[in-house]
Amino acid sequence: MQALETLATHYNYFITIVLMISGLFIVIARGNLIKKLVGLSLFQTSVYLLYLTPAKILGGTAPIYNPAYKVYSNPLPHVLMLTAIVVGVATIALGLALVVRIKEAYGTIEEDEIFSKDPDSE
Amino acid sequence: MSAMTFLNAVEPHLPILLIIVPLFGALMATFMRSGTVAWFISLVVSVLVALIAWKLLNTILSTGTPIIYKIGNWEAPIGIVYKVDQLSGFVLLVIAAIAAVMMPFARRSIAAEIKQRAQPWYYAMYLLCLAGLMGIVITGDAFNAFVFLEISSLATYVLIALGRHRRALLAAYQYLIMGTIGATLYVIGIGLLYVLTGTLNFDDIASRLGPALADPERRNAVMAALGFAFVGVSLKLALFPMHVWLPNAYTYAPSVATAFLAGTATKAAIYLLIRLLFTVFGVSISIETLPVPQVLIVLSIAAMFLASFSAVFENNAKRMLAYSSIAQVGYIMLGVGLACLPVLAATTDASPATTPNNGMTAGLVHIANHAIMKAALFLALGAVYYRIGSVLYKDIAGIGRTMPLTMLAFGIAGLGLMGTPGTAGFISKWYLALGAIDTGWYSIVFLIVASSLISLIYIGRITEVVWFREPSAAAAQAKEAPLSMLVPLWILALLTIYLGLDTRATVDVAAEAAKVLVGGIR
Repeated sequence: MQALETLATHYNYFITIVLMISGLFIVIARGNLIKKLVGLSLFQTSVYLLYLTPAKILGGTAPIYNPAYKVYSNPLPHVLMLTAIVVGVATIALGLALVVRIKEAYGTIEEDEIFSKDPDSE
Repeated sequence: MSAMTFLNAVEPHLPILLIIVPLFGALMATFMRSGTVAWFISLVVSVLVALIAWKLLNTILSTGTPIIYKIGNWEAPIGIVYKVDQLSGFVLLVIAAIAAVMMPFARRSIAAEIKQRAQPWYYAMYLLCLAGLMGIVITGDAFNAFVFLEISSLATYVLIALGRHRRALLAAYQYLIMGTIGATLYVIGIGLLYVLTGTLNFDDIASRLGPALADPERRNAVMAALGFAFVGVSLKLALFPMHVWLPNAYTYAPSVATAFLAGTATKAAIYLLIRLLFTVFGVSISIETLPVPQVLIVLSIAAMFLASFSAVFENNAKRMLAYSSIAQVGYIMLGVGLACLPVLAATTDASPATTPNNGMTAGLVHIANHAIMKAALFLALGAVYYRIGSVLYKDIAGIGRTMPLTMLAFGIAGLGLMGTPGTAGFISKWYLALGAIDTGWYSIVFLIVASSLISLIYIGRITEVVWFREPSAAAAQAKEAPLSMLVPLWILALLTIYLGLDTRATVDVAAEAAKVLVGGIR
């Protein structure tokens, strides 16, 4: 019962952890360069949730100066994650660009096939 | 008169100029069609940045108080501040000086190794990377440090991918994956710290961590934050088991990019780790809750030996030096690890607050010394690659006869790397040994000497190849490197000797920084 209650009240955090671990797992376990990037993106996305969950208050609004509103969400983590999203987009874009170039150079995006094409590590 | 008023007006804004100048330089370089013009912009920017860093460090050393620059004039916990103290001033100057010294080298090397169309992009990425590295070191804000970390990393991936061989693409991709995981882990750690303390300013976090630690429930979160941030930054600085991205990245990047990255990129990450361990978390936390010093020491020693062994059996000179870099990062982190440990009372004759910590001094001195020596070694290989288009042992055999000046500089820097007395490398290892003795880990002194002997083998092996073997077909045809390459190379080689004899420039400043970091604590 206790565990169920924790699950119900903290489900955001559990989603974060599941996303984080599955993202990292995909990066490690998959040999396809695109799939690795998908995993990486998932891993980064989980961090957005980690930051935003404690910042959001139920019923809270943006911090606007108006006597009608009393409950505010913390804007700072939202702003930070805006930056992190930009960084994440840039990383994935660069990663995809590299994969395009790798495909042009090697003719494949499977990691093991690429390694077999350049066996000599000099 | 107007020049003076201009300088006076600019002076308070020097910290932010350290970032803005390379950032705008990068923007200008992207619009250039010709590589030479972009190179000239980079040269001017690099020299300017080095001068600013020099001025900042001198100001700090003479006043003794940190320079705090409030961006947009917002006070510390609300706005982002740039903070230059002895440690960051020192690291800023090391990075900026190395970058500036190797710029004259870059023009011919880049012109030969990178396609005409991509040359301005190389310089733009180089300047972005420089701005990012400067930002990591100067910022006093944890999240800002993440953004700069990513700016420098993204630029680095491109620099590596510009290499000639198609493997450069794969190396860049692998580094992108590892680097992003590292940065994301760091950001998770920072997120936990933010939830615990409600602030992102390094000093502010440090002052608010106390109550969180006293509370047994929140204590776990502090430890998790430390763990995430530690592993994340360790990936970036290539601490031993997290180094796998480094050899390929250094091997396939363009020669100048390799020299620049080996000299500077890992150093900025090392700075960030020192900042986290000593300023943010504080030494006492990392000793009492997690065995951070022990982990650091064990991993560093593993790096010193295993990476050095890999270097011994390597047949590609660039990759050999890349493995050696991992080992040298081990030396730096060993110093940092020793600095976390309590100094034995018997060995300290003066009061601990006034005696700088030897382990930390060694780590910081080696940041500068390794940057200089490794940059010289990679530049020498860059000159060889410029002439014969290869750095494989079979191709560079006997090249000492046709490029004696280049290989002599290489030899001097190699001697430094081994830690020969009279070179900069010896100074680092001397203080490292003192640090080990101070903390009572006498066996480490033996291990430092033993690992130096392994570096004797790998430097000895390449020395034998380049001087005593019959010249290969390519080496026999080679000519001495042009003057624009020899001058930066020899500046660094002579610095290796000079800093081994006159240690005022490095050890005194590093000791000052070590005093600020660990001196007051015990």
